Amino acid sequence: METDTITAISTPMGEGAIAIVRLSGPEAVSISNELFQGKDLSKADSHTMHYGKIIDPETNEVAEEVMVSIMRAPKTFTREDVVEINCHGGLVSVNRVLEIVLAKGARLAEPGEFTKRAFLNGRIDLSQAEAVMDLIRAKTDRAMNVALKQMDGRLSKLIQSLRQKLLETLAHVEVNIDYPEYDDVEEMSHNMMEEKTKEVLEEVKKLLQTAQQGKILREGLATAIIGRPNVGKSSLMNALVHENKAIVTEVPGTTRDVIEEYVNVRGVPLRLVDTAGIRETEDIVERIGVEKSRQVLKEADLILLVLNYGDELTAEDEKLFEAVRDLDVIVIVNKTDLEPQLDMERVQTLADKHPVITTALLHEKGIDELEQAISQVFFEGELDTGDMTYVSNVRHVQLLKQAKQALEDALNGMEMDMPIDMVQIDVTRTWEILGEIVGDTVHESLIDQLFSQFCLGK
Amino acid sequence: MTYDAGHYDVIVIGAGHAGCEAALASAKRGAKTLMLTLNLDLVAFMPCNPSIGGPAKGVVVREIDALGGVMGKIIDKTHIQMRMLNTRKGPAVRALRAQADKPLYIQEMKETLENQENLTLRQGMVQRLIVEDNEIKGVVTETKAAYTAKTVIVTTGTFMRGKVIIGDLEYESGPNNQRPTVALSEHLEELGIKMVRFKTGTPMRVNSHTIDYSKTEIQPGDEEPRAFSYETTEFIMDQIPCWLTYTNEYTHQIIDENLGLSPMYSGMIKGTGPRYCPSIEDKVVRFHDKPRHQIFLEPEGRNTEEVYVQGLSTSLPEFIQKKMIETVPGLEKAEIMRAGYAIEYDSVVPTQLWPTLETKNIKGLFTAGQINGTSGYEEAAAQGIMSGINAASKALDLEPLILDRSQAYIGVLIDDLVTKGTNEPYRLLTSRAEFRLMLRHDNADLRLTEIGYQMGMITEERYEKFQEKKQLIEEERKRLDGVILKPEEKVQHIVEQAGGTPLKEAVRASDLLRRPEMKYDMIETLTAPEVALPEDVKEQVEIQTKYSGYITKALQQIERMKKMDDKKIPDNIDYDAINGLATEAREKLKEVRPLSVGQASRISGVNPSDVSILLVYIEQGKIARVSNE
Repeated sequence: METDTITAISTPMGEGAIAIVRLSGPEAVSISNELFQGKDLSKADSHTMHYGKIIDPETNEVAEEVMVSIMRAPKTFTREDVVEINCHGGLVSVNRVLEIVLAKGARLAEPGEFTKRAFLNGRIDLSQAEAVMDLIRAKTDRAMNVALKQMDGRLSKLIQSLRQKLLETLAHVEVNIDYPEYDDVEEMSHNMMEEKTKEVLEEVKKLLQTAQQGKILREGLATAIIGRPNVGKSSLMNALVHENKAIVTEVPGTTRDVIEEYVNVRGVPLRLVDTAGIRETEDIVERIGVEKSRQVLKEADLILLVLNYGDELTAEDEKLFEAVRDLDVIVIVNKTDLEPQLDMERVQTLADKHPVITTALLHEKGIDELEQAISQVFFEGELDTGDMTYVSNVRHVQLLKQAKQALEDALNGMEMDMPIDMVQIDVTRTWEILGEIVGDTVHESLIDQLFSQFCLGK
Repeated sequence: MTYDAGHYDVIVIGAGHAGCEAALASAKRGAKTLMLTLNLDLVAFMPCNPSIGGPAKGVVVREIDALGGVMGKIIDKTHIQMRMLNTRKGPAVRALRAQADKPLYIQEMKETLENQENLTLRQGMVQRLIVEDNEIKGVVTETKAAYTAKTVIVTTGTFMRGKVIIGDLEYESGPNNQRPTVALSEHLEELGIKMVRFKTGTPMRVNSHTIDYSKTEIQPGDEEPRAFSYETTEFIMDQIPCWLTYTNEYTHQIIDENLGLSPMYSGMIKGTGPRYCPSIEDKVVRFHDKPRHQIFLEPEGRNTEEVYVQGLSTSLPEFIQKKMIETVPGLEKAEIMRAGYAIEYDSVVPTQLWPTLETKNIKGLFTAGQINGTSGYEEAAAQGIMSGINAASKALDLEPLILDRSQAYIGVLIDDLVTKGTNEPYRLLTSRAEFRLMLRHDNADLRLTEIGYQMGMITEERYEKFQEKKQLIEEERKRLDGVILKPEEKVQHIVEQAGGTPLKEAVRASDLLRRPEMKYDMIETLTAPEVALPEDVKEQVEIQTKYSGYITKALQQIERMKKMDDKKIPDNIDYDAINGLATEAREKLKEVRPLSVGQASRISGVNPSDVSILLVYIEQGKIARVSNE
């Protein structure tokens, strides 16, 4: 019934040692084969599994070591050709594989779409139909909620402003078409259109770059908790984890058996890292000296420096401050339930512009404020990553790529000296695509814009 | 007591632009048709602007013509000037507009109606419908004539409980002081048809002798012969110009100072007016910074001195209207012959209609035209012809006709109305059509003649000519694909003359034509077909070749839309029985009762997940039926 090939990560995010990218549809095998280094999958028998590597077409490097299962129609879950790419766990590599698959022409599946196809192709029987519908509804609602929550307010604002820019341009063209004798709007020229189109294209390109570079939202914000012994680092860790349901993944295949813990703090994914051994930093400065530890700490995107309110400020604390100078730091003064010993004025001076939060973690006090501070640091762009709006969602990236294509088509049309109302077809398409990102494609708004922007009356 | 006044297949109530096309279409389709109207002297009357066509609307007129309607033919015979608009833009948005000779248009239409086989004209006001078991059986007039019929089309325009308002004066009236239709409107409400109150307005008419044209700019018609109808062979070359002038700060000051006297702002007018046709007071209030507004002076005909003051639609009191126009260059001494006014009227909520324009409540009852919440003669005529075809089809037990959004602006119009409804009088705009590249005025015949022929509305002779044209286009396109042009001197010369860069290697003639600077005529000098082609064929070959990239993309989109439109929703679907539909979607679906999943997806408030669920549910029904068998 459907003719395109869909794909999605079909294992729960972050859980388990492997993750699966599943494809279903007529091109499932050919798409996989294009990416796969190993056996020629197009010749593989049905229901066989093959070891090989997924090659990133952009870099020609190995993106992931995988096992690929080939299952040909009709004896599959969806009764279409199905391919399952078994990746190592870990969000990064799975997401990368998914992105590559999408770039090769598969479409990101809608919530419940595999099941829907299974049903529509007669794989699931009648009694299961109701369940399918519930599933679509539930998954869609959840997906929508998730999408909305995921959407950085700034991203949404930026997309809206781009759409508004396009909409004004479109309304301008429309008014020229529908009211050709209306004399006080300038005729929209190719130059004006080109200018707007290029402006939007630039923004879209920038956004796409953040999708590549600013991996932070996808991979988490590498976060190190440092402090002297017994200041409450473990309590801090536990507090963040308990409050926010951490996902613990083991990443095999790396030299050290590292534990990564993901914590979602008000939309900011923290990756509490230990890769450089900087989480257990009780003795780091002592051990390797200030300069060296600075190098190590620089690898973290965010540092949580914990102090003990019930202790005097030590030389060791001062060295820690020195080590994290100019990095993104939140200073946490813990154990405020104890008798005050800490010189808070001195702490403020040392902290300089960095936020200082007071907590009594064992008594669950100050956690809100801390989370607030974390999200503020992140969303106000005080991080090293600069003032960027992040695109993290694969669907958004796909749509932005489509938008980029449509804008390039528009520019191409202008270069070909196509009439403005032809060029406009691609600009309208861009407007619609961007609308899909923010969940708004109501066509009527163009007409509303037309009548609010211009005084019309013929 | 009523008397038996006869039996018909189809009765059309009203003889405006919708009624006329409806009656003619019904009669041509082969149904015995009766047309009832208040005043036989005013068939196809234009109570507002004296013009037909324009962007989107002009395309509609051509579509009506291709389907076998008459609006295009009649305006071709009765216009005072015609212009092609948007000539500097692409072919998709070009459109014809004619200034009409109002009295002549009426005469010509009346003659057409009188000479139509199967059609009876009668003056009379319908008071109520005869409805039994939610099925239409006929109509009764105020003179107690009872006509029975298989189907009835109501095309009563703005007459339904019409109320004219000028300043603080208001009285019950149809447009231009004709009798309003009160009883029928109340009766429709009793029958369970939901109504809303809309408002529209018209400017004053002034005496041409009292206008100082020297202070205005002339707006002549095109010198090139123009026509809407594909069958028109005689062109009117003796044209009359329109004139352009402007309001100014003094005009605006008068309006500002007297806003309190405007029924629009005093709250006297409750109906919703159209944004695209605002009154001058609306324009001044909403766009206060604009120093001037355009005013077009449009003659209402060759044998009348009345001039329509386009752009000054108003419901301010008559004496303010007088003051206002005295400030306008050229109109300082203008005498108002008729004052401008606002009119409020009942209109049917169009989501109560099937895409055939039959009401869902009452079988066999159709509504068409401004009564369905549209505005504009062309929008009315478009619904008229479609309702006429469908009412006749139903009466004669023939297949109905529904045009989709990729086939015609008419399809867009009706789909919008019955799927989305409207909050203001609905006007067609080119931006409402997602496939406007396909809905060009130049290809209306290619899109719709075949359908008009199947409906019995196109003569054999015309159909043959059409087939011939189609074939010529196809052959020439194929030929240009096959011709290879080498970079020879002759070719390079033509290319350079056109301002293009010389060829580096041999190209197909069709690819050369795709270059922006190239025209079919140039290609023709390099490689001519055996027999020279008619202009309209050349035009098609050029457009279809030049924009083939965009056309291919549009066709793909249409393909996607069609896939969803082809998934029919069974008539007896019970939306309450479908688990998982969002409440808002369920309510909307129950109200609109879409015929296809595609139509369902266009209802505002029905989300993609609801569409998915609907799809699954329908497939489930199919599977259930198969397994039961």
